Amino acid sequence: MPYNIFVCAKQVPDTADITGEAMKADGTINRAALPAIFNPDDHNALELGLSLRDRYGGEVTVITMGPPRAADILRDSLQRGADGVVLLTDRGFAVADTLATSYTLAKAIERAGGADVVLCGRQAIDGDTAQIGPQLAGRLGIGQITYVTEVLSLGNGRVQARRLIQGGVETVEACLPVLMTVTSEANEPRPPRAKLLMKYKKAKAPSELARELATRKDLPAEDAERKLNDMQRQLAQAGLLIAEWDGASIGADMERCGYVGSPTRVMKVESALLKQANQKSVAPSDEGLQQLVHELTKDHILG
Amino acid sequence: MPNFFDQNEDLKFSLRWLDLADVVALREDGFAESGEYDYAPVDLEDALDSYRRVLRLVGDISANFIEPRAEDVDIEEAQFKDGEVKYPKGTAEAIERLAAADLMGFTLPRKYGGLNMPTVTYGMAIEMVSRADAGLMTIFGLQNIAETINDFADEESKMEYLPKFAAGEVTGAMVLTEPDAGSDLQAVATSATPPAEGDDAGVWRINGVKRFITNGCGDVLLVLARSEHGTTDGRGLSLFLVEKGEGVRVRRIEEKLGIHGAPTCEIQFTNAPARLIGKRRRGLTTYVMSLMNGARVAIAAQALGIAEAAYRAALEFAREREQFGSAIIEFPAVYEMLTGMQTNIEAARALVCHASVITDLEHLLGRKVETLDRSAPEYSGLRAEHRDRAKLAGVLTPMSKLFACEMANQVTSDAIQVHGGSGYMRDYPVERHFRDARITSIYEGTTQLQVVGAVGAVLAGDLDGQFAQFKGRDYEKPLGTLAGKLERMLDRLHKCTAYVKKKNEREYTNLHARRIVELAADAYIGYLLLDQAKVKKEKQYTARNFILRAAARAEGNTKLVTSGDQTLPRRHKVMLGI
Repeated sequence: MPYNIFVCAKQVPDTADITGEAMKADGTINRAALPAIFNPDDHNALELGLSLRDRYGGEVTVITMGPPRAADILRDSLQRGADGVVLLTDRGFAVADTLATSYTLAKAIERAGGADVVLCGRQAIDGDTAQIGPQLAGRLGIGQITYVTEVLSLGNGRVQARRLIQGGVETVEACLPVLMTVTSEANEPRPPRAKLLMKYKKAKAPSELARELATRKDLPAEDAERKLNDMQRQLAQAGLLIAEWDGASIGADMERCGYVGSPTRVMKVESALLKQANQKSVAPSDEGLQQLVHELTKDHILG
Repeated sequence: MPNFFDQNEDLKFSLRWLDLADVVALREDGFAESGEYDYAPVDLEDALDSYRRVLRLVGDISANFIEPRAEDVDIEEAQFKDGEVKYPKGTAEAIERLAAADLMGFTLPRKYGGLNMPTVTYGMAIEMVSRADAGLMTIFGLQNIAETINDFADEESKMEYLPKFAAGEVTGAMVLTEPDAGSDLQAVATSATPPAEGDDAGVWRINGVKRFITNGCGDVLLVLARSEHGTTDGRGLSLFLVEKGEGVRVRRIEEKLGIHGAPTCEIQFTNAPARLIGKRRRGLTTYVMSLMNGARVAIAAQALGIAEAAYRAALEFAREREQFGSAIIEFPAVYEMLTGMQTNIEAARALVCHASVITDLEHLLGRKVETLDRSAPEYSGLRAEHRDRAKLAGVLTPMSKLFACEMANQVTSDAIQVHGGSGYMRDYPVERHFRDARITSIYEGTTQLQVVGAVGAVLAGDLDGQFAQFKGRDYEKPLGTLAGKLERMLDRLHKCTAYVKKKNEREYTNLHARRIVELAADAYIGYLLLDQAKVKKEKQYTARNFILRAAARAEGNTKLVTSGDQTLPRRHKVMLGI
């Protein structure tokens, strides 16, 4: 039986290579200083989705909420073999907390006609909340399995999966539809396919096209409109137009989306600085090693 | 995330430096396929952009998937048990990975599932894969087996095999060497018996033993065998396609110094069914020569990758290792070794990339000329251009292999030296790089055979036209001084060639052939580096480092070549006590 699989993914600032410019004076992230990447755990979710499709049949649709440039990760998804992608973008979605985000994602999945399997990465490396998956399952009214490392079987309306728990793994079974959050231990994401890499580098979302045209001051508004329509039609014919949904098209109550729909307020951000006083040098010798192990054991980092 | 393309400035620069307009124009032929294949480029810019993306993909897989497995592959080694060859786990996984990324048909036409990318980009991909795991190159880097089928086999065979190669479903092997036919392939004795009368399928039968066959356990074997019984030279040999299976038995695999992931097989053929590729008698003279030329550039790229890996390890070590109160990189003896590695790697890369573009042009022009009618207006012009490129490719191919492989041996040895005692231990990867590099100057024709392949052309002045072009360019300060040194090197080259030609003693010429070829190669590379320095200013230091040392070598070697000394030809037996 073919399965309708949805993968929720997020474009995040790359926190692997942080420089001093990563944070602005007000404590918010300076996105300009950090390259935007596919959230690592979401790559694992996508890989699980693709491998389930390869094993059991069906289609994988990747959905992301973000500004137009988040289409980057949708192109990446298509290049790795996703069947379809959706960009959820609307000014009214901006600055959303997890409550508003899960509401918006749920409305989008409902608009798409629902899913048999919804996959999310365990958590995003920017907020590290790990809340979207569980909240989304709640909103969709379906079961959830978090911290999944392996899907053992899918069939007869049920899924069996292994999940990480403290100190071990447990095997659980759930009814479909189901939402699973996927850990980085689950798999090693497949690479893009060279042919798809070349094909889908040209895929664009309508709002990206609009932005491109907006930089061309020479075009009168009327012509720009027509040109936009032409470009969209051409891309659509070539299967390169990225589906784009806004608040209205998913029937969202905009009061529950974005900043206005987000009860979370950041009170204060503190920058933790490690001072020289916290550092210790250990000589590269057997004694030094012993001393290091001793220190780590004393601090309960080891053992 | 590490990436062997994105984080290799010289590799990225090389792609910018090379003028690929002609290659792309010939390969894409008016970009006619863009309507038929959604991944075909629509123009030059689109093509170059796609090349960069695909190379970045190879750089990613090499750095993050292949390299982390390389040490285990080296330890595990290819195994032979119960008549079956088994790749190490990491090798098998890497092949699967590369196939899943559509990378096993790099240069093949799109209609067979390939990417139709230029040879030079394939060389860069081989370099990155080899930097990650040298042994894996013998599977990823032998795509010219499929290329040979594409060039010379009939359409039916192409349709049958090429899509499988491109999909990574099959791997191949070049089955040439025999116990008594190594460098001298004219002595091949494996026999091919023509189809019996009335056999419409045209099945030939192969009998004999082949040795030292890299990836001989592959699914599709290109076998060089004697089809003309009673003959003893290369003109009695033809090329055959044999599938793994009936009549093909791997008898054993070798235990080797390096490239442990690559199985080196001894194969016995007993009435193995085979199909003829192309025409009879052309096996060695045309097809294997073409196959080997492709493979030689590929091995040069492999050598580059191994050297790059060793150099990076040495650089990192030298920056961290402290002795006498400072990092060892501060000492002239150490930084000279490191800059020497950097310079010679970049020198080799310039030559290999340049040679790849020339061989690609030669190949594509040849294909185009074949399809043209003799009366077509562009026919004679294209044919002349093809001949010109073919001549140049004929010298640059052996030169590239010679230079890059000797360079890799030196660089990997110096990398151990920089590490000191630690480098000799298995704890560091440089001893593996050293072992892996050693084969490159042996297989696909030893360094000494590359000299034989190039010296005739150098003596005949086949490079003179190209040198004249290089000389005619404007070199502004500070490059002008270096250009002057290169001109003096060319004078020395002419002095040497004139001397041996006048002397006209075969043994004397052969004795000094390598010095003459290396002098020509050094001058050629010097000009390529000057050209690079015109594009990118920082390259002037690399050019200077290379040219100053090359000029010093040229001076000494010219003295030796023109000495006329006969000690070795006359007294080597006395000296060796035989």
